[in-house]
Amino acid sequence: MVNVIWVVLAVSGIVYAAFNGTMEQVNKAIFETIDESILITMSLLGVLVFWLGLMKIAEEAGLLKGLAKLFNPLVRRLFPEIPADDPAIGYILSNMTANIFGLGNAATPMGLKAMKELKRLSGGSTEASRSMITLLAINTSSLTIVPTTVIAIRMKYESVEPTTIIGPTILATLISTTAAILIDRYFYYRRRRLGRIL
Amino acid sequence: MSIWLIPAIILIILVTATAKRVPAYEVFVEGSKEGIQIAISLLPYLLGMMVSIAIFQASGAMDAFLHLFKPLTAVFNIPEQILPLAMIRPISGTAALSMTTELIRTFGPDSLIGQMASVMQGSTDTTLYIITVYFGAVGIKKMGDALKVGLLADLVGIIASIIIVLILFS
Repeated sequence: MVNVIWVVLAVSGIVYAAFNGTMEQVNKAIFETIDESILITMSLLGVLVFWLGLMKIAEEAGLLKGLAKLFNPLVRRLFPEIPADDPAIGYILSNMTANIFGLGNAATPMGLKAMKELKRLSGGSTEASRSMITLLAINTSSLTIVPTTVIAIRMKYESVEPTTIIGPTILATLISTTAAILIDRYFYYRRRRLGRIL
Repeated sequence: MSIWLIPAIILIILVTATAKRVPAYEVFVEGSKEGIQIAISLLPYLLGMMVSIAIFQASGAMDAFLHLFKPLTAVFNIPEQILPLAMIRPISGTAALSMTTELIRTFGPDSLIGQMASVMQGSTDTTLYIITVYFGAVGIKKMGDALKVGLLADLVGIIASIIIVLILFS
């Protein structure tokens, strides 16, 4: 499906540009985006090195295990396939916590590390496991409680009450995250029914 | 409060580690190395996806595509200006953020459209980017139902944002 999306976006863009005289913009965008992706990778490199180093200390000091123990019932329900006591749980919880507090640059490194641990659990397979899809669903639906970026934009354009949107945002986030978990479950049981999982 | 959060996390980790006689600096360096490898293996996925989206956007095809869906807004009685944002939110984070900024600037942060854009921007995330980065970093090739799950959840989140703002602010 991603193959199709990827090709369709690029091909339809080029064909559209051919008929609408925007080929110059397309050319410019291609090379600007290449640079931009390097910049994003570099800034991800920085936060990855920093947070994964720090979290390794937290892991060795037993802090991640403590966190996992604290939220054990929740994790057992969301990720039934992960063995209790596995370090993956600590990273998943750190990812969720960082997301909730809007620490975007910490959430991504922990999420990526969690994915790596989940890959270890699935024996290094290049196929997404059930737990990976669940972790992804939770991340894509966003868990942020205080949308700081949006509040900053609202303040910049002189909102009378920049923070009025916090309540509605939490409510919408709650609904979308719940939906993500339920939809994820539905697809999991559908896969099982169709016999795609042993 | 937020400026205290990260320093406090660092403090707790380092103090606990020292109390438990973990060689903090050595462990930090050891764990960090993994970050380098993850970031580098991420680049092809990220670059590929970003270039494709950029072509779609810069050619004007994206605007034309969004224009096709304008009639839908009349059917559901929602402001038509909000639709492009709703559709682009899962695909491109930067495009969505600039659209949100533009809507807030044009219509005012406290207008119905401004509130809707704010809640929409805050309550969902860029599904395509997250899938690209998270699966790219660990080399997942078969992503199963992940994309479907993510996009459907976005749809629910966007509809919820619209309904909540309509109820609360209009």
